[in-house]
Amino acid sequence: MKIQILGPGCPRCQTLADNVHKAVQELGIDAEIEKVTEMGKIMSLGVMSTPGIVVDGKVKGTGRLFTVDEIKKMLK
Amino acid sequence: MLKIFTNFADFITFQILGLNQGEHLSEAIHFFIEDTLKIFFLLVTIIFVVAIVRSFFPPERTRRFLTKKKIIVAHVLAALLGVVTPFCSCSACPLFIGFVEAGIPLGVTFSFLISSPMVNEVALVLLFGLFGWKIAVIYLVTGILVAVVAGFVIGRLNMEKYVADYVWEIRMGEAEIPQLSWHDRIEYAKGYVKDIISRIWPYVLGGIAVGALVHGYVPQDFLLRYAGPSNPVAVPIAVLLGVPLYSNAAGVIPIVQALMAKGLPLGTTLAFMMAVTALSFPEMVILSQVLKRQLIITFVGVVTTAIIMVGYIFNFII
Repeated sequence: MKIQILGPGCPRCQTLADNVHKAVQELGIDAEIEKVTEMGKIMSLGVMSTPGIVVDGKVKGTGRLFTVDEIKKMLK
Repeated sequence: MLKIFTNFADFITFQILGLNQGEHLSEAIHFFIEDTLKIFFLLVTIIFVVAIVRSFFPPERTRRFLTKKKIIVAHVLAALLGVVTPFCSCSACPLFIGFVEAGIPLGVTFSFLISSPMVNEVALVLLFGLFGWKIAVIYLVTGILVAVVAGFVIGRLNMEKYVADYVWEIRMGEAEIPQLSWHDRIEYAKGYVKDIISRIWPYVLGGIAVGALVHGYVPQDFLLRYAGPSNPVAVPIAVLLGVPLYSNAAGVIPIVQALMAKGLPLGTTLAFMMAVTALSFPEMVILSQVLKRQLIITFVGVVTTAIIMVGYIFNFII
């Protein structure tokens, strides 16, 4: 599984990345986590509001800080 | 309905603490208790409702609304959508690029970027709670007007060449934005309320505390003498003072309310509050990733001028 965290590196994006790490750990799944900070790449995924989460190329959520529980649901 | 907070403050100040009406200390304490309770009650309820509304207006949808509209319609729509579309300054860049990429004119994009931070629910709640609904409505309407006019002016200046070159090369993908259920919306709203309150509560408390001191201790008409309508430079000075106070609208508005009670005219007050919310240094730094210096300076210049004019106009008519 590949999880991408979209965001230019603001504090909220950082917290989101932490939450994603926690969710992956709690679920005990094998996932590659990548941070996407380059604006052109974020936009090419069709996302305008950061932070965003993309799982296996599919946009799962944008524009807000998701909680660990919410991320777990996205990963299932 | 908000009377309940006055009654409660009466009860604490005069019954429990046994202070006498009309003293400096009791005035200050009464103001602090009443306003703290009222403001936090309003913040939680209204931000929750606003967040539910916002969940229907993700920027991706706003972008679609704004394409291929007549220019004036687009400016007005952009300013209105700026109020309801969720926006934080760290997503200003993707938002800007997304708008421009969709072919939305530069001026229309600016109308959105100006109204979004200026006419926000925190400022409106505080204005409503502390000044009453009339001032809140005046702020809302003038804020939207400033965004429309300033955006229109920027659009007429043909400044497309001052947008960072790489912006024009970015192509946006089409993503399916996940559909939200009512449960999602309520969760979103809860998170939103928590996020905002946890960020602003110290400023609100601090602002109300300073406002309370001003209420209790600064002599009546004190400001009328120095910053009244007869002082022609009061408005520009208020605007200049407002710029560095960015993001502290929550803390500034209670103080401003107290200052207005001591004779600060409405126009100067409005101009000051708009400068606090609309012009912020951190946002300019973020936007400098997508705008060249000339365009940033123009943006700040046009918005500042518009705000100063609002100040003069209101001081003149009232």
